[in-house]
Amino acid sequence: MSKLFSKENQEVFTGPLNLNNPVAVQVLGICSALAVTSQLEPSIVMGLSVTVITAFANVIISLLRKTIPNRIRIIVQLVVVATLVTLVSQILKAFAYDVSVQLSVYVGLIITNCILMGRLEAFAMQNGPWASFLDGIGSGLGYAWILVAVGFVRELLGAGTLLGFRIIPESFYVENGGCYVNNGMMTMPAMALIIVGCIIWAHRAYNDRKAK
Amino acid sequence: MNTNSNTYTIAYASIMVVVVAFLLAFVSSALKPTQDKNVELDKKKQILAALNIRDLAGTEAVEQKYDEVVNADMIINAKGDTLNAGADKDMAGFRVETKDINAESLPLYVCKVGDEVKYVVPVSGRGLWGGLWGYVALDADCKTVFGAYFSHESETAGLGALLAEQKFQDLFKGKQVFADSAAASVALTIVKKGQVKHPEYEVDGLTGATLTTNGAAAMVNEGLQSYIGFFQTVNK
Repeated sequence: MSKLFSKENQEVFTGPLNLNNPVAVQVLGICSALAVTSQLEPSIVMGLSVTVITAFANVIISLLRKTIPNRIRIIVQLVVVATLVTLVSQILKAFAYDVSVQLSVYVGLIITNCILMGRLEAFAMQNGPWASFLDGIGSGLGYAWILVAVGFVRELLGAGTLLGFRIIPESFYVENGGCYVNNGMMTMPAMALIIVGCIIWAHRAYNDRKAK
Repeated sequence: MNTNSNTYTIAYASIMVVVVAFLLAFVSSALKPTQDKNVELDKKKQILAALNIRDLAGTEAVEQKYDEVVNADMIINAKGDTLNAGADKDMAGFRVETKDINAESLPLYVCKVGDEVKYVVPVSGRGLWGGLWGYVALDADCKTVFGAYFSHESETAGLGALLAEQKFQDLFKGKQVFADSAAASVALTIVKKGQVKHPEYEVDGLTGATLTTNGAAAMVNEGLQSYIGFFQTVNK
């Protein structure tokens, strides 16, 4: 047990959450971070889906790593990811139809997520299955928390709701005699880029100060 | 073993492709019946949602309610002639897929909510990124909207996707289908948010989703227009 959670393995898991964050430091997976974050709920769902798929794709590639021919390794990785995503989407369609309807848009985005390919190529090809699994979970969660943070800001300021529940009361709005309007810019993808930029800025500033 | 040789690479790729192909084919065919059932159930839920019957819990409740409310799924043509009365519940109208709907094959659901007859009409169109579809329920005189349900394939979350929310669909309740008593062409439409001039038959659009709104407006308007023959027979 102590070996499973050794110091190195802990670092493998916690690294992507902060110092080696896939979005804030490696700047991967930005396109999906812009596309799905206009509301909190899809951000959470997308974050979790990527976490699960990255972890399992990492494990499979790690198990196969000694057999994979070097020249076609990227193709093999793609096939594994695409197969996994297709399987998951088929199973969801059969047993959790509502979830699959909600996810329909994101399934394609998961396959093209650069974090997946990045982790497979950079980590799973060199490390054992357990470390790869932890790395997948860590990277996925590192990606997820950024998505959730962006989704939180965008839904709150763009629509005045969180997870569909009203946070800013109706009576505050101009049309009901108040003095508040939703920020329409927040619902646009461009604003997501600016928020991600702000997060990266704060993240770097904080970590730089700590390093000194 | 030399994993870099050509023979090994080709053999590896071939085996991988065959294994993956079999795996996917097997899973897909094994799960097909369950998936089809889900799709059917979902369609029933959508038809019920158009009749303002939402949030039914469980498969049983949906099936039961559907059998109770929907009396017949007819197939009619653009002139309003009945091609299949559908009274014996053979589900012929139900099985007409969205892409097969044309002037010679228009499904129409005859329903009974309480003691009132309602007609549910399927509509479909294109939004910004993909297909839109929905159902519009009309009162027995086919002039007033009773309820509506819409959904979409891949509209932008938080903008165009709001089309699928009850809040937007409820705006259709009580709207008029026609602008005047002549009832020659469908007037019901969706306009840009805040620009409603004729609240009897214009619905407020979605903010920041002009193209989805335009697509939905065309879907509702043209979709109902293709049933004009039937509406006129009802009002004769």
